[in-house]
Amino acid sequence: MQRPESYSSGPDETGHFGIFGGRFVAETLMPLILAVERAYKEARNDPEFQRQFDYYAKHYIGRPSPLYHAQSLSKEFGGARIYFKRDELNHTGAHKINNTLGQILLARRMGKKRIIAETGAGQHGVATATVCALFDLPCVVYMGATDIARQAPNVFRMKLLGAEVVPVHSGTATLKDAMNDALRDWVANVEDTFYIIGTVAGPHPYPAMVRDFQSIIGREVREQIMEAEGRLPDALVACIGGGSNAMGLFHPFLDDESVAMYGVEAAGEGIETGRHAASLTGGEPGVLHGNRTYLLQDDDGQITDAHSISAGLDYPGIGPEHSWLHESGRAKYVSITDKEALDAFQLCCRSEGIIPALEPAHALAFVEKLAPTMSTDDLLVMNLCGRGDKDVFAVADALGVKL
Amino acid sequence: MNFSDQGSRLDRRFAELRSKGRAGLVTFVTAGDPDPETAFDILCQLADAGADVIELGMPFSDPMADGPAIQAASQRALANGMTLVKTLDQVRRYRGRDEDTPIILMGYYNPIYHFGVEAFLDSAVEAGVDGLIIVDLPVEEDAELCHPAMARGIHWIRLATPTTDDERLPAVMSNTSGFVYYVSIMGITGTRSADKEVVRQAVVRLKSHTDLPIAVGFGIRTPQQAREIGSVADAVVVGSAIVNIIAKSVDDNGNINDNLAGKVAEFVKELASGVRES
Repeated sequence: MQRPESYSSGPDETGHFGIFGGRFVAETLMPLILAVERAYKEARNDPEFQRQFDYYAKHYIGRPSPLYHAQSLSKEFGGARIYFKRDELNHTGAHKINNTLGQILLARRMGKKRIIAETGAGQHGVATATVCALFDLPCVVYMGATDIARQAPNVFRMKLLGAEVVPVHSGTATLKDAMNDALRDWVANVEDTFYIIGTVAGPHPYPAMVRDFQSIIGREVREQIMEAEGRLPDALVACIGGGSNAMGLFHPFLDDESVAMYGVEAAGEGIETGRHAASLTGGEPGVLHGNRTYLLQDDDGQITDAHSISAGLDYPGIGPEHSWLHESGRAKYVSITDKEALDAFQLCCRSEGIIPALEPAHALAFVEKLAPTMSTDDLLVMNLCGRGDKDVFAVADALGVKL
Repeated sequence: MNFSDQGSRLDRRFAELRSKGRAGLVTFVTAGDPDPETAFDILCQLADAGADVIELGMPFSDPMADGPAIQAASQRALANGMTLVKTLDQVRRYRGRDEDTPIILMGYYNPIYHFGVEAFLDSAVEAGVDGLIIVDLPVEEDAELCHPAMARGIHWIRLATPTTDDERLPAVMSNTSGFVYYVSIMGITGTRSADKEVVRQAVVRLKSHTDLPIAVGFGIRTPQQAREIGSVADAVVVGSAIVNIIAKSVDDNGNINDNLAGKVAEFVKELASGVRES
């Protein structure tokens, strides 16, 4: 693939990052997708929209989140100085709310009266239900029945926040099916409904729009690391389900050649077992949920199940911009198994006094491998994109502990 | 090739319907539902029962524009080993017995993309496929499959919907042939019901943008509805209602009612007589 002039200027007018992205949706949705695109273009250039976003980001979410030098783990792993971007300290406990805030402000601007969302681990559902409560809009969250069973605390949170949680039994009853049902709801209610997609996937303009809202992570890191170290980091590490926290961290650095980037996919029980969620490592390009990207699929082009201990990574696709960064070689994509993530989860609790979500525990498990290969002068930033309160039951279960 | 001096098989069929002065019946079934052999038996009875055009669903794991009935049909077919290659095989086999009834493949892009666009089109032309309806390929993505398909003489049939406004209609009506499929409801297949007066107005609007026949689908379940919609459109499409008969004939253990093809044919006959009264 030819090296582009800029890695950060995508997508093109038709929503493509190289061959990836696009607008693969039914005609019923197409006029609406175009309306969202127009509205977002206007909003992005409107200082008042930016002012509103910044106001709630600061006073409601609690941004900027700290950039914390994880001294114990830096010492334990040896090698690079490790910094955590503490997005787990955001209101609702994860990076997801950066995006739901941006999208609900856009929905209000478009005069929409009803919000729908899909959720896997429940973090995006909680973040959506939260901003819906804040702005007094009815909220319907689609969630796979399998995920509902393993993420009970988040289901209850969403209900407390006033959202309706609709269990999805079709297909494999996980995140991809929740997204199918959310799209079905949207097709049936295009007039008054806004669909807040939780990751950098879906039809254009969603991948770019979600990335832009999440890029607040990378922009803050840039400022904070300059303040702390007086220079840019040497490596960025983030976990990837759909890839929104990683895109948010990576994007402001894409044109800084000296900054290496690592996206960490979930290898589940191991890539070789077929029971994993690593779309780039173990998938092929295809078309699903409105975009062309790497997907887990069989020989007949049927989408296959993703497997991960972490419900938030359990998606058979990945954002199209990641597929493009992968093929262009700008970012590297690696994978971490359930077991490695569980070990890193416990290590983080003991060493740093931080209970991470299982999703960033995957990122940390890779940091454990990467940091020792770097010099003690090198700077590594990992996005600690969520806290682990929601996962304590799943982890106890995996460790054979009865609560 | 499906183009002859009299136009394509599909063009001939609509010309025939025009000369008879009646609306056509388009029946949808999912290829391989409930299993490949039973599905082929069903397929072989549709035309005799009164289907003028056969729409054959290509099973897909994630049919976003379809309701529960058609998603379940895909799942039954896939669970019983149906694949895109086998769907094309069934069309080829069917052509050995019926040269006249047009077959339109309907589905989603990923299985075709995965198979390879050129290889798929070669195989589709050779098997005797007349047209394609690919739900998740809007005008914006015409370069993917629409242009290559039309270059091979395969009809590219578009969906027009209540949300397709006048600004957008000219684009939707370009690069299309055979007929236009009007989605009569906002929503997924087999959920809401189509309203005759609303459909009539929509058909009038579409006709001001195209000379192609207009088929109406996504909310027609009964012979009465088929008759009503048939009185204001060139053809009616019935899918979920047929698929539901198949669903009810399979028990929890996967056992299939012996006379399933006959039951489907019986219902198609009722639909056909409804359409013929319109």
